[in-house]
Amino acid sequence: MTPRNLREVVIESLVRAAGYSAVVFVGLIFFFLLREGLPGFAEVSLPALFGSRWYPTEGHYGLLPLIGGSLVVTLGAAAIAVPFGLATAIFISEIAPRWAREILKPLVEILGGLPSVVLGFLGVLVLAPFMRVLLNLPTGLTAFTGSVLLAGMAIPTLVSVAEDALDAVPRNYRDAAVALGASEWQTIWRVTLPAARSGVLTAVMLGIGRAIGETMTVMMVTGNAARLPTTPNSLFLPIRTMTATIAAEMGEVANGSTHYHVLFVIGIVLFVISFIVNLAAGAVVFRRPKRAERVLS
Amino acid sequence: MSRQATQRLMFAVITVAAITTVTPIILVVGYIFWQGAPAVSIDFLSTGPREGMRAGGIFPAIVGTLLLTLGTGVIAVPLGIAAAIYLSEYAGDNRATRLIRLAIINLAGIPSVVYGLFGLGLFVLFLRFGTSILAGSLTLAIMTLPVIISTAEEAIRAVPQSFRVVSVSLGGTKWQTIRRVVLPQALPGILTGVILGLERAAGETAPILFTVAAFFLPRLPHSVFDQTMALPYHLFVISTQVPGMPIHIQYGTALVLLTFVLSMNVIATFVRSYYRRRRQW
Repeated sequence: MTPRNLREVVIESLVRAAGYSAVVFVGLIFFFLLREGLPGFAEVSLPALFGSRWYPTEGHYGLLPLIGGSLVVTLGAAAIAVPFGLATAIFISEIAPRWAREILKPLVEILGGLPSVVLGFLGVLVLAPFMRVLLNLPTGLTAFTGSVLLAGMAIPTLVSVAEDALDAVPRNYRDAAVALGASEWQTIWRVTLPAARSGVLTAVMLGIGRAIGETMTVMMVTGNAARLPTTPNSLFLPIRTMTATIAAEMGEVANGSTHYHVLFVIGIVLFVISFIVNLAAGAVVFRRPKRAERVLS
Repeated sequence: MSRQATQRLMFAVITVAAITTVTPIILVVGYIFWQGAPAVSIDFLSTGPREGMRAGGIFPAIVGTLLLTLGTGVIAVPLGIAAAIYLSEYAGDNRATRLIRLAIINLAGIPSVVYGLFGLGLFVLFLRFGTSILAGSLTLAIMTLPVIISTAEEAIRAVPQSFRVVSVSLGGTKWQTIRRVVLPQALPGILTGVILGLERAAGETAPILFTVAAFFLPRLPHSVFDQTMALPYHLFVISTQVPGMPIHIQYGTALVLLTFVLSMNVIATFVRSYYRRRRQW
């Protein structure tokens, strides 16, 4: 083999190894979560893990309040982020004049770049006191305050993915609709949005995925009370999420203790949730286009 | 309602919703600058905290964040670009490639605090790096990897195929073509991705909680096996864990962190638009 060919082969294998490293890292992450978390399943029985009390100091490791807390905050965030995010994406992609687009897109990117701890910081100092007065609550550190800030963190993902999906709709779809006498809004609502629906769905899922995994903001503004949310007004009470529990308690537990292992169990739950959300989002992306779509595009 | 009226109504609703979405962004950034600017001085930026962090500056936290960002870059940039080269230039359209793409999508979606757990389990405990800059940088690097890979791949794919054909027809090998023709053309796009990835790493708190961050460490770290303070964690600590913390120090710290992160964002945007205008294809 000539030196030149040898170099090609060596470089190709190095680059290939780098490519496969992503698979290795996902495997490593899952392996080390299991390695530290599996003893937790042995030390705490499964029914106990599904208990409704989280008092680690007294040996109660029920995860339901934490899962419920994450659910309430995330649903609240989705209820805000989906309409506002989609409206922003439609505005940027379909309605706004060019100059407005040039202002809005960088602004949304800035929101995406804001560190979560900065949003949490403003949440504690500004938003929570404001919510307390506005909604006449005993404390502003509630699930709802967390939802508002999480919506802000989900919106940049949602807007950019949804906007890409809308942009990818072929020009001739819109031209055809207009030629048939549809108004601009009818074109957006009946043609462009339905044509982009798989991308829009991906956007919504990725946005929600971002919200479930958010840690610092929710830890700072949701009050961290591990109560099982049972009634709708739980949205306006303090709750505690899975992510916040890990972040708040991992620093204080002894390595190898039951509490330590159960925190890794929560990590496994989060990993599995994000895996499912992303698999679902990926399935939409990787889906083979239907025959009709191939013919039309 | 006539369709013109429906259209006017819906456009108005969407416009208002979009404005409602972006206005808070301006308010948040503006408010932090307004509240934080008075606290920021040369002294604040160049001295360590004093009196239980209730006075003095944030110098060790600034240095810590710079070191962590640098460490993350050293690990994630070569690996990410190499992976992007593989995916765009070498990988075939097969099961294995789809597996890699799936892995990248999943890496991008894993919650940051789970990265923290992973870093604790692998780097801090199993590999015995301890809570150290090394462990923190590795954790942040793996978290940043998907951002760098996807943006770099997009940039490399955007280089027209004809560039490659010309290079190969002149006798260039595949790697020579990539190294001398494709990468230089894709560089601005890759750079944008790298900056955006590092921006995210610089602002993250959850992955460094158990892998590197020190609550209070007025001196600078001595080696990569040392702990360090970091801006995001410091902001978290002084805004929630220290009672009686003067408010101007909190806003000052938030302003410095925000400036650091946003300036990276602005640089990335500038690089992208500058080269897009100069590009000849």
